[in-house]
Amino acid sequence: MTTTTTATAAASAPPGRKRARMTDRSRAENRLGQRLVAPAVIVMLVVTAYPMFQALYLSLFRYRLTTPDDKAFIGLRNYATVLTDSLFWRDTWNTIVIMVVTVGVELVIGFAFAMVMHRIVFARGTVRTAILIPYGIITVVSAYAWQFAFSLNNGWVNSWFSWLPWIAPETNWFGSHWPAMFAIIVSEIWKTTPFMSLLLLAGLSQVSEDMIEAAQVDGATWWQRLWKVIIPNMRAAIMVAVLFRALDAFRIFDNIYVMTRGAQSTESSSFLTYRQVIQQFQLGLGSALSVLLFLAVLLLAWLIVKLFRVDLAQARGEA
Amino acid sequence: MAASKETRTRIGTWIGFVIILIWCLLPVVWILSLSFKGPGETAAGSPQFLPKHWTIQNYRDVLGFGTVSTGQEGTHTDFLSALRNSFGIAAVATVLSVIFATLAAYAIARLDFKGKRLVLSLALAIAMFPVVALVGPLFDLWRVLGLFNTWPGLIIPYMSFTLPLAIWTLSAFFREIPWEMEQAAQVDGATSWQAFRKVIVPLAAPGVFTAAILTFFFAWNEFVLAISLTSTTASRTVPAQLSFFVGPDPFNPPYGLLATASVVVTVPIIIIVLLFQRKIVAGLTSGAVKG
Repeated sequence: MTTTTTATAAASAPPGRKRARMTDRSRAENRLGQRLVAPAVIVMLVVTAYPMFQALYLSLFRYRLTTPDDKAFIGLRNYATVLTDSLFWRDTWNTIVIMVVTVGVELVIGFAFAMVMHRIVFARGTVRTAILIPYGIITVVSAYAWQFAFSLNNGWVNSWFSWLPWIAPETNWFGSHWPAMFAIIVSEIWKTTPFMSLLLLAGLSQVSEDMIEAAQVDGATWWQRLWKVIIPNMRAAIMVAVLFRALDAFRIFDNIYVMTRGAQSTESSSFLTYRQVIQQFQLGLGSALSVLLFLAVLLLAWLIVKLFRVDLAQARGEA
Repeated sequence: MAASKETRTRIGTWIGFVIILIWCLLPVVWILSLSFKGPGETAAGSPQFLPKHWTIQNYRDVLGFGTVSTGQEGTHTDFLSALRNSFGIAAVATVLSVIFATLAAYAIARLDFKGKRLVLSLALAIAMFPVVALVGPLFDLWRVLGLFNTWPGLIIPYMSFTLPLAIWTLSAFFREIPWEMEQAAQVDGATSWQAFRKVIVPLAAPGVFTAAILTFFFAWNEFVLAISLTSTTASRTVPAQLSFFVGPDPFNPPYGLLATASVVVTVPIIIIVLLFQRKIVAGLTSGAVKG
């Protein structure tokens, strides 16, 4: 228990950033801190850093598990193969479409849900419990539920919505590209809107009621209050929600695997990578795809952070 | 005027409440209803929502009690071993991940040490990592190390991918704990162990518990690694096993069986959500609360 006592003593000391020299106590604290984070850091790195370097290395080889003797160094040719393949670009496009549509729709629905959860005075627990069910449910289960709902023979979507001009009892949702994409997107939105709405709810509860009331007294309409007071004041929460959901949606895999297995050109980037590596044993080519996928996620994260100036440290109260 | 506005807000909230409930529960009620439809009914096509003839035959086939339908004799053994794998792997990964995360989060929340920002950035980077990108090298490595198709083969990566969320949640919780109380207890004559156990543990426990729930959800849900790093029922988890459920007719998926298995694996989630709703919400929003 010396750990906690030293820590308490050190923490209660004034947080002098610029120390002239490291005292024995701060050196001990430094060492203890590093020891405490070491196990977590090692576990995180073992599974990510080593395989990532391995992928980087393998991506420079022609290497197929079924013909291991044929392994040969080919430089960047795997990347050239991938980047000039229309399949790669089609799947990247699909992924971007899914990401943009789901995040956009979820932002609107999630915000509406957050408003309801924020305003509601009765049955608060019931609403929050209900909203956590899609969050907690297994993605594969949600994908099956929606696949069956959209099913031609056994689904309720066709019979319930046949009054819409473009839906007939014999509409085959998984028979062509856009309807299949629609079904996949619906299942993704259903499953992940709760996460979005809870993050937005957290942001919403930070907006001061006084400010909203003041705006109301000054004659601002509901719409003006929403756009001029509420949304600007919860920017940080919105951006964190968008960042997390966008990166999550970009990795979409489970729904597609269950609902179409990539049929009707509904493959995503993750699905393409999986198919190359696990189903076709193309470790060389697949590694190149892995590296590109990783770079795409990094680029996306960087873009969102820069574009919207998300300060994660500030959002966490670290700064 | 004011009264009518209030009424309008109340009606709006009521409508929103009903919409949220329908939105969240409809697909769940749907798989529940589907699980009571017999194979004959779904094979013939039954677009109506509720079963024409209610039957629990699917539950008999999936859980293996009573008379099992012909052709489904192996279904319940496969499913039950997947259920066992899922529970075991998720539980072990959760316990280990939460222990490691507690140590790390304590250090991040309370100690001043070099590399703190680096650890936080690493955690963030891993939270965003495309899991599929690891599947190839990990598959290769696990076969060499003999971890392919074993429990540790899934537990280790599940720990890595849940640690960021757990560290994130826990360090937010730990930062809120009034640590001075520990000293106060010591001044009042408690030993440091007593102070830790009687003061700090009760304060930190809710946070640790929340991190554990979120970690368990992740491991229970994970699919990409589960299908890539397993090959038999020795370690295949429920999400992976579900995707292998194919009846005798490949053109006619066993709707009822899949729905029943889905219901069975959703029950633990619903129980956890019902019991710990507040904790889960607090854990999920701990990162975004401070704006």
